[in-house]
Amino acid sequence: MTVNKTQRVRAILLLALFAWVVAAVLPGVDAGAAQAAETVAVTEASETGATAGDNNFQPAPQLSAADYPRLGSVNSRVAVWLAAQLHLWFAAFVLAVPIFVFIIEAIGMRTRDRRYDELAYEFIKVSIVAYSLTAILGGLLAISLLLFYPQLFTYLATIFKGSMFSYALLFFVESAVLYLYYYGWHWLQGGFKKWVHLTLGLILNAAGTTLMFLANAWTTFMMSPAGVDAAGVFSGDEWAAIHNFLWNPINIHRLVANVAFGGSIVGAYAAFKFLSASTREQRAHYDWMGYTANFIAVSALLPLPFAGYYLTAEIYAYSQQMGITLMGGIFAWLFIIQAVLIGALFLSANYYLWCGMGRSDGAVRYNKYVKYIAIVIIGAFLVWFTPHTLVLTNEELKSLGGPYHKYLGPLGIMPAKNTAVNLMILFTAVSFLIYRRTNKIATVAWVRSGNAVMMALFTAGILNILFLGIYHGYFTNTVYKVAASIPQVLTTLTIIVVSSVIDAFMYRGAKEVAPLHWGRIPERAQYALFLLAVAFTWLMGLMGYIRSGIRQHWHVTGVFRDNSVDAFTPTLGYAANIVSMGTILFMILVIFVFWLSQVSTRKTEVSGYWGQQTA
Amino acid sequence: MIKIPRLLQAVLVVAFIYVAFIVVFDVVLGQVIPASLLTMYMFFVIAGVFMVFTFTEESARELAAPIKALVEDPRKKAIRNVVFAALPLAAAAFTYYNMLPSYQAPVELRSIHPAPPSTVKAFGKRYDLSTLENPFRKYEKEDPEKFEQLVKEGGNIYVGNCQYCHGDKLDGKGPFAQGLNPIPLNFQDIGTIAQLQESFLFWRIATGGPGLPEEATPWLSSMPVWQNFLTEDEIWKVILYLYDYTGHRPRSWAQAHE
Repeated sequence: MTVNKTQRVRAILLLALFAWVVAAVLPGVDAGAAQAAETVAVTEASETGATAGDNNFQPAPQLSAADYPRLGSVNSRVAVWLAAQLHLWFAAFVLAVPIFVFIIEAIGMRTRDRRYDELAYEFIKVSIVAYSLTAILGGLLAISLLLFYPQLFTYLATIFKGSMFSYALLFFVESAVLYLYYYGWHWLQGGFKKWVHLTLGLILNAAGTTLMFLANAWTTFMMSPAGVDAAGVFSGDEWAAIHNFLWNPINIHRLVANVAFGGSIVGAYAAFKFLSASTREQRAHYDWMGYTANFIAVSALLPLPFAGYYLTAEIYAYSQQMGITLMGGIFAWLFIIQAVLIGALFLSANYYLWCGMGRSDGAVRYNKYVKYIAIVIIGAFLVWFTPHTLVLTNEELKSLGGPYHKYLGPLGIMPAKNTAVNLMILFTAVSFLIYRRTNKIATVAWVRSGNAVMMALFTAGILNILFLGIYHGYFTNTVYKVAASIPQVLTTLTIIVVSSVIDAFMYRGAKEVAPLHWGRIPERAQYALFLLAVAFTWLMGLMGYIRSGIRQHWHVTGVFRDNSVDAFTPTLGYAANIVSMGTILFMILVIFVFWLSQVSTRKTEVSGYWGQQTA
Repeated sequence: MIKIPRLLQAVLVVAFIYVAFIVVFDVVLGQVIPASLLTMYMFFVIAGVFMVFTFTEESARELAAPIKALVEDPRKKAIRNVVFAALPLAAAAFTYYNMLPSYQAPVELRSIHPAPPSTVKAFGKRYDLSTLENPFRKYEKEDPEKFEQLVKEGGNIYVGNCQYCHGDKLDGKGPFAQGLNPIPLNFQDIGTIAQLQESFLFWRIATGGPGLPEEATPWLSSMPVWQNFLTEDEIWKVILYLYDYTGHRPRSWAQAHE
């Protein structure tokens, strides 16, 4: 591609991008104007000859540091890093909220309980301001890329021009449906209209998820390129580039993680409203909202470690070098921070559930079990974050005779981690089962045998998890060690599903002995919800950096080398500081979003300001 | 029966767990628990104890009651003054002793696990590490006698070249080990060769310290470049010996990337 051609493609992309951002940020913008801008983009794109049939592609450019534009003292990498991360946080939030809003709305329709409908509306209301911020930050990211890494952007745009343009179009669809879904909420009520509204929710989710999948393709292409040869020459098959080795593992992981993250942010919103509530009704409402949000976050959190394990296993399968750099090499210590944060998520989610038991006086029957659950969860957590390479003083090193600890060392490798996380998940499920029982007494005749079956199920499952982890993890070939994680996961999932089903049947028509008092929850439990949101955000930032950082000095692994002045892996402390800075920025913006969603309900009555109007 | 106040109960539980860690690891098992890890453990133990002691209203109130009384009760003025003076002093002493310069070498926070390149050049050839296999491994099933002989030869090579650093028990405690930093690898440890493919070992032995990757430097490894002293076959035989002696199995991929 000639320089002239490159510049023209870039100009078209900028134009399309500009139209997209403006249209999304300002919902009231003239749709005709936006459409005209699109038409211009389409026409000019076809004029450049950059069509799908073009197979005269060039190798990936070989750049020097001088090829990367600089802008004053702005650090290009940090600028793109923060813009990408902030965009991703908001995007994750606004993609996740419609998923559970759709489910809650459907539950409301099924049960004809209006509270669900109102809750769903309040959830989507929170996300609507965040949606504009997502678009602004997406624009900022794209512009930052164009400004600081123009050749990379052009190279990716050459390969993904079809999907990038579809992305822009789909964004219009998503925006239109979202605004219709939100502003039409109270209009599309009852009978057929409600079904239309629910269908809009489904379309919204389909558009949002497709958008994410498209963006994931570009990201994963940079990690595990496909559809290009060793020199980076594109074959012309865009689908091959999209459907690269890590695309689906990332799709699954991000989808589940987004729901957990979205739940936690809405939970923080509910906590914020609960703490600032002035009436008993408000407290009750936001307590219920916080509980629902926590339930959503925890439900998605439980399968999340498995999705993460699958992704990592696939990264290993794709490239041993990448896998070891990720978990055993230079990023390993960030994984310890990740482990600590994941543990903090489990602890805060459990603490919130335990505090929530106090909503019913019936909880006294179960309070005594909490300490045993806590012992297992804390014990598993300690194993979960024990590092393989210990930080030792010289005296400790001398005393141990080397950097490897005979008893703690084995806890640093995956079989111990897998066993620990499965136990953490199982006992979080136990916390939830207990919580559900606090206000009821089962009346079915088979209560004793039902409880015995559940007890046997948990005991057998835990023994199986321990056996798989210890025997296969340490006494057999590594192939079995890795493979053993699958039956461990299946055991955990089976126990959760079967015990939930048994419990549901056992407590069908149960007698309510002590009603739930929504709003009767200590304020400190709300801080657990805040911790959940902050920990999730920080975690996503860290893991996002690691995922991107394992490419090291490559823009596109193995085919397009990064030769900018920033083509080095920063120190762990520096990276952690940038991620923390991003987390703080995001939290400030989120608080702004929360505040904005309140402002719309406020009214100031002024006297003497407006003139008297005659009829 | 004497009722122990909740706050004291919490403190006793934390203290008991702390002492238990030290007694179990340092005394019973004879392997010290690193201070850095113990600090992390105790942080979350305290968090866990706090959670258990505060999840019900009355327990939380009981736990906070002595602290509240200390701050608010006029009758506790004397003890309050002592505590309010002692706390900042304790914090100052803690800070002072932690900041005091010492002759100890700084603690290193790095993981010693080099990521292998996708291909490696040795013996004038290029090897693809994702497909490279030990050519003698097949004899384990096909010809056990021959395999045993190869392991034996590997053992002789090991004794002649490697045991000076890695030790005759393959535990990283050879006669030269204490003169090296980082010290040689302990192959008996479940976290070393048991986690690796034979191709990884081939790469490490053949190219030694100078062949380590650029990232996460400085490696400071004194591992010689064994391709200068041993043949390709000798390296593969030594690898057979390492796994045979330790009883570990080399890592193999269930599925390779296509």
